[in-house]
Amino acid sequence: MADTATTERRTLWGFLTATRGRGRLHWTDVFTYLYLFLGVVLMFGPAVWLALSSFKTQSGLLEFPPTLLPLGQIEVEVEGYDEPLLLFDVTMEDGSVRQLAQIRRVGIVAQMVDPAEPDVRIDVPIDQRTATREFRVAVENYTDPLERFNFLTFLQNSVIVTVVATLVTLLINSMAAYALSIYEFRGRNAIMLLVIGTLMIPITVILVPVYLVVTELGLVNSLWAVILPGAATPTGVFLLRQYMLTIPRDLIEAARMDKASEWQIYWRVVMPLAMPAIAVLAIFSIMWRWNDFLWPLIVLNRSEVYTLQIGLNAFQGELNVQWHYVLAMTVVTLIPVVVVFAFLQRFITTGIASSGMK
Amino acid sequence: MAEIRSDEKRSPLITLAAMPMRAVGAAIDPVFKTAQRVVGIGGMPYIFLLPNLCFFGIFVIIPLFINFAFSLTGGTNLFLSDRAYVGGEQYGFLLECENHFDTSSCREDRFWRGITNTMVFVVFQVTFLVLFSLITALILNRKIKGRGFFRAVFFFPVLLSPVVVALIWKWILLRDGLLNALLVSIGLERILFFVDPNWAMFWAIFVSIWAHMGFYTLILLAGLQAIPPDLYEAAEMDGTSKERVFWRITLPLLWPNMLVVIVLALIRGVQIFDEVYVLTGGGPGTATQFMVQYIYNTGFTNQVQNFGLASAASVLLGVVLFILTLTQLFVTRRRDRG
Repeated sequence: MADTATTERRTLWGFLTATRGRGRLHWTDVFTYLYLFLGVVLMFGPAVWLALSSFKTQSGLLEFPPTLLPLGQIEVEVEGYDEPLLLFDVTMEDGSVRQLAQIRRVGIVAQMVDPAEPDVRIDVPIDQRTATREFRVAVENYTDPLERFNFLTFLQNSVIVTVVATLVTLLINSMAAYALSIYEFRGRNAIMLLVIGTLMIPITVILVPVYLVVTELGLVNSLWAVILPGAATPTGVFLLRQYMLTIPRDLIEAARMDKASEWQIYWRVVMPLAMPAIAVLAIFSIMWRWNDFLWPLIVLNRSEVYTLQIGLNAFQGELNVQWHYVLAMTVVTLIPVVVVFAFLQRFITTGIASSGMK
Repeated sequence: MAEIRSDEKRSPLITLAAMPMRAVGAAIDPVFKTAQRVVGIGGMPYIFLLPNLCFFGIFVIIPLFINFAFSLTGGTNLFLSDRAYVGGEQYGFLLECENHFDTSSCREDRFWRGITNTMVFVVFQVTFLVLFSLITALILNRKIKGRGFFRAVFFFPVLLSPVVVALIWKWILLRDGLLNALLVSIGLERILFFVDPNWAMFWAIFVSIWAHMGFYTLILLAGLQAIPPDLYEAAEMDGTSKERVFWRITLPLLWPNMLVVIVLALIRGVQIFDEVYVLTGGGPGTATQFMVQYIYNTGFTNQVQNFGLASAASVLLGVVLFILTLTQLFVTRRRDRG
C-alpha cells in the first residue's frame, strides 16, 4: 500500500474522500463513519446476541432485563434436601446481607435456609432477595440436543442432501454446459433458448405438480425428494457454459488428435480448466441446499428425514419453545456458513458480482 | 468471470484431490466410449445433454404443464386421472369479488389478503432495500480503513439460512427480548411486536431487508467500481461540487445496475415466504400472510388439501413473475449493451 499524496489524488477513492479545506471533515465523512458504526452494530449485533444467549441456562434466559453475559444462578447442596437449592443474596430486616438457599416459594414469601445451619427455616419476602450468580457457560444446551432429540439425524440429513445434491448438480450441469459450449449441433440454439427461458422459473410456481411427480416416483419423505428436483439448474448451465466458451478450441482439437474419447476431453481437459467456474457453482449449490426451506418443508413430513432447517423450524414452532436448545441449535446451523464464508469470501463475492445470482 | 481464473501453480492438495477424480473419470469412460462408437462424435452432445434434460424435463417442464392442468380440475385427489375437469372454476373462485377494492367482499378473501399484503410488502421492502443498498455501496466505495471488514459485515447475512435469520430476530423481538429490555430501560412501554399487525409487517420488511441487503450492495458496488475514474478526475479539475458529481456522474452511470437491482428485488420480493413464515407464521391473523404462503397453506397444510386452488393461484403468481422476468431480461440486455 503506497498511499502517497499523489496516488491518492489520482484514484477514485482519493477523490471521494478528499476533505474540504485542510483537515476539516466534510459532512459525508462524519456520516460515513456513523453509518459504518451503526452498520456493524445492526448487522453483527443480533448474531452475537444469539451466540451469547445460547450459552445461558434455561433460567438465565427467562430473566428480564436480560444480562449480557451468560450468568447462572448458583445452586447449593443442603443437608436434608434431595434436590440442589438455588442460592440468593437476602437483605435481612436488620439490613445485613446473608446468602440463603431457597426451599420453596409461597406467594410473596420465600422459605429459605442457611446452608451452614440446615435446620433453621427463615421466611423472607421475595422482594428482599436477589439471585446469587456466577459466570457459567451452559454447555448442556449444546450437548443435550445431541442425546435427547434427533439433532444428529437432522445434521446428517442436511450434510447428505448438501453433498449429494451438489455432486449431482455439478456433474449433470457441467456435462450439459460442455455439450452446449464445445459442439456445434442441430438444436443447440433451441436448447440454449430453453435454458435462458427457464432461468427464472422458481419452485414457488410449480409446487403442486412437482409434489405430484415426487409422489408418483414414491419419493415423499425421502431425501431424494429434496435432492433431485433442483439438480438441473439453468443458472448453473449458463454460468459454466459462459466460462467454457473461453477455453481455446485448439486444446480440444489436440486432444482429439491424441485419440482421446469425448468423455476424456470433458473430464480431463475441459473440467480442470473450468475449475474456477465449477468452484463458484459448488459454493452456490452448497449454500442453496444447506439453507433450502420451502421445498423440504413440503416433502419431508417425518422427523427422521428432517433437515436442520426443518428441524429447527419444528422446534421453534412448538407450544413451549425450549429456547435454550433452539438457540444452541441455531448456532450450530450457522457455523458451517460462517466457516465457508471466512475462507471463501473472495470467491463468493466475485461469483455474485460477476454472475448476479444468489 | 475471467478475473477468477488464475495461473498459479497447483498445490499438492489439488493434485491429491485430483487422483480419485481421475479414477472416477476412468470408470465412467467405457460407458461413454461405447456410446461414442454407436452415435459417433456428432451424436455425443446429445448424450452429454441427456441427464440434465431428463431432470429438467421431469422436474420443471412437465410440471409447468401439469400445473396448468391441475388448475382446471377440482376435488381433493392428487393424481390427475382421478380429478374432475372444472374449467375456469378455480380461477373464478379466486378472483370473484363483489367489490375489488374491498378484500373482505371476495369469496376467497385469504387470497386477496395475500395479494394486498404482498403488494404492501414489496413496495416498502424494495424501496428501502434499494435505498439502503445504494447508500451502503456508496459508502463502501469510499476509501475507508478496513473496507474488506465492513464489506463482510454487510454481506454475511446473505449466507445465513432464512430460518436462522428469522430466529436471530425473533429472539430479539420476543416479549422479554433484548429490544423490549432496551425500551423498558429508557422508560418506554413494552411492545408486543408479533401481536400488533403493523409492527409484524414492519419487522417482516425490516428483517428481509437485513438479510438480503448485502447481495444488492455487492452488485451496486461492482457497478460503482466500473465507472471510469477519469470522469471523476475531470470533474475535480472543473471544481464540480460533490453533490453535482453524484447526480450528474455517479447516478446516471450506475442507473442500469440500479434497474437490474430493482427488478431482481421485485422478483424475490413477490416470492417472499421463508423468513417471514418462521418469524411471524403469517400472523397475527393473516397480517403477514403472503402469496406463497397462501399457496403453501391451500395446497399442503389445510385439512382439505386443495391442489386445484393452489395450482390456480401459482399460475397467477407465475404470470406476475413472467412479466417481471421479461422486464429483467430486457433491462439486463440494455445494461450489457452499454
